Amino acid sequence: MFIACLAFSTFSYSKEIVISPGDDSQERLQEAMILMSEGDTLVIKSGYYSFEDGLSLDVDNVIITGEGMDKTILDFKDQKSGAQGLLVTSDKVTLKDFAILDAKGDALKVIGTKGINMINLRTEWTGGPKSSNGAYGFYPVESEDVLIDGCVAIGASDAGIYVGQSKNIIVRNSIAQYNVAGIEIENSYYADVYNNLASHNTGGILIFDLPDLPQQGGHHIRVFDNKSINNDTDNFAPEGNIVGEVPRGTGIIIMANSDVEVFNNLMSGNGTVNLSIVSYSDETDDPNYYPHPKRIQVHNNTYGPSGFDPDIETGELAKALFEISSGKMPDIFWDGVVPLSQMLFGQPDNEKLIISEDSQVNFLTISPIKYMLGFSNPIKIEKEDFQGIINPLESITIDGIK
Amino acid sequence: MKKILKHFFVLFICTYIYSVDEELILSQEFPDKLSDFRFFKDASAQVPHDKVIPYELISTLFSDYSYKQRWVYVPNEKKAKYQEDWVFNFPTGSALIKTFYYPIDERNPELGKNLLETRLLLKKDQGWEAVSYAWNKEQNEAFKKIAGKTINVSWTDFMGEERDVRYRVPNVNQCKECHDADDKISPIGPKARNINKDFAFKEDTFNQLTYWMNRQIIDEYPLDLVSPVDWTDESKDINDRVRSYLDINCGHCHSPTGNANSTGLYLHLNETRNINLGVFKKPVATGRGSGGLKYSIVPGEPEESILLHRMISMDPGVMMPESGRALTHTEAVEMVRDWILLMED
Repeated sequence: MFIACLAFSTFSYSKEIVISPGDDSQERLQEAMILMSEGDTLVIKSGYYSFEDGLSLDVDNVIITGEGMDKTILDFKDQKSGAQGLLVTSDKVTLKDFAILDAKGDALKVIGTKGINMINLRTEWTGGPKSSNGAYGFYPVESEDVLIDGCVAIGASDAGIYVGQSKNIIVRNSIAQYNVAGIEIENSYYADVYNNLASHNTGGILIFDLPDLPQQGGHHIRVFDNKSINNDTDNFAPEGNIVGEVPRGTGIIIMANSDVEVFNNLMSGNGTVNLSIVSYSDETDDPNYYPHPKRIQVHNNTYGPSGFDPDIETGELAKALFEISSGKMPDIFWDGVVPLSQMLFGQPDNEKLIISEDSQVNFLTISPIKYMLGFSNPIKIEKEDFQGIINPLESITIDGIK
Repeated sequence: MKKILKHFFVLFICTYIYSVDEELILSQEFPDKLSDFRFFKDASAQVPHDKVIPYELISTLFSDYSYKQRWVYVPNEKKAKYQEDWVFNFPTGSALIKTFYYPIDERNPELGKNLLETRLLLKKDQGWEAVSYAWNKEQNEAFKKIAGKTINVSWTDFMGEERDVRYRVPNVNQCKECHDADDKISPIGPKARNINKDFAFKEDTFNQLTYWMNRQIIDEYPLDLVSPVDWTDESKDINDRVRSYLDINCGHCHSPTGNANSTGLYLHLNETRNINLGVFKKPVATGRGSGGLKYSIVPGEPEESILLHRMISMDPGVMMPESGRALTHTEAVEMVRDWILLMED
């Protein structure tokens, strides 16, 4: 009997813990997040919760759920300590149906986890776009199996949804508005970004890779069925950040990644350029870093009006493009920068940019050699030269996620 | 009969006074009260049991000008093993104990102390665990605080000025955030190189490593140990002082194994690459933490250096370290400012 009891007690049933608004809600919620056990569900009842300190979770295999992104409100406008609203450091965590407002730093940071589902959450800075807003709304980093589904990100001074140095990622059915970058996938491997709306940001969707980091060489990213439209907010990122270089009115930017497939998206109403494919242009001494995009495939996208209000004040992209195109801004721009050897002897076929778009879609690229040698017309607009067979990338799957 | 009772009494007192509750160190649950561990003979006066050995670090983490007293407990017949470039590998059942307090008046220690919290790192079978106990108003007991605690406290500083601080006792997760190395909790301070200094023990003044050998809680350490300098020692080279300060204040997260490894900014003592130390290093995911500046460190230009900006800031979305600080460490800021100013391109 004793042994039976013992065996039984080690398989404790998962339980549900309920937190309601009221006095000491910060302490009650934080304590519950610490004391909950694997398998438990923590329910945060609808209502308003105010915090002076950041929250954190470090228990594996738990669910934390509110009662709706407009019902359960975690408000950090009075925050006095903590670099983010909520920090998650454990594995197999599901967060859903609540909102994190006005965090002093990042709203939701998830670091070093395997298995994080963020579902129907909202992160917002309620005072509109301001450089004093926190950097990131959703900020999973150094994580694996990352799902962001049905979320809303508003007002981040860097990126609304940012996935950095991670692997196996799905960002879908989400809305990013009034951020500097709507959705940004940086130094990451294997991502599907689809069925999202990125609008009224400075730039809609960014696929970036940066040097001097533990994980670099971003690759295998599919961007499809998204709407990146009317991105018309002035860049309000604090200087020094890479997104501070993004001109207002960019739909999608691919920088220094390999194997990126961009298809079935709607890009429209972007005053600078709908789609831009560029190299990392700053100096770097990092010997392990490859600064150029390769094997980028662009097909079957829809392009609405763009280039009607180029933001030549911000960064170099818009200004250079405006000058080189004599003001006739293209739908798709490639900076044409490749390693020196490829400039001289050509790119290997399997690294080339492939564009398969409707004939009316405007394209522009630069011949760096002609540019450097001072040719009067170093540009090239024949996208037919970039036709090729599309090799679809494999879709991303996360165990247990349909 | 009376005699027997007296014997019992003495025996009881002896066992009580001279033994730390090792089972409690190893138990799954943290007890509610600090006194249950029996680390102290006199808790209010912070007088430890004989087996609980005080120690100091050469350079310490800044915690809003609070003072800290540290002790180590290693179970009988067991020893901590020396590890190169890392903290001693303490045996199961060990405890590291650290009490945070403010003197009532820094100019006059006899006016007494205001005990805030005692943090524990307990080495259990499954590894280290961290917890903090906050002292009560009466200053005679400290209670477990899983979710942390805010203490609004004031003290009079060396200049005679009244200082206020919103002091935060960290919650259990925050303990882990700083003490995280390769996803496990680890002590930060007691590396051999950090305790390689003299200390006035109750018997006499000894080098702490020598004392630990004599007390048989360690069995070896290298004699050619290279120790960081005391950053407050102005007779030392400024580069060594700054690197010592950055190591203990930043290096536990900002290292390839720490919590901030995704930033690529590494400030631990062994880092030698300029770019990783921040020289002309661009921010990665810094957001408004950059303060509109372009590089972590611009040699010769402290006011253009993000590192200094974040040391000065008291805004939770900007300041470094992310937790455990509500005030600016003016003296360290001055030193780092000079260091950057003197740095050559």
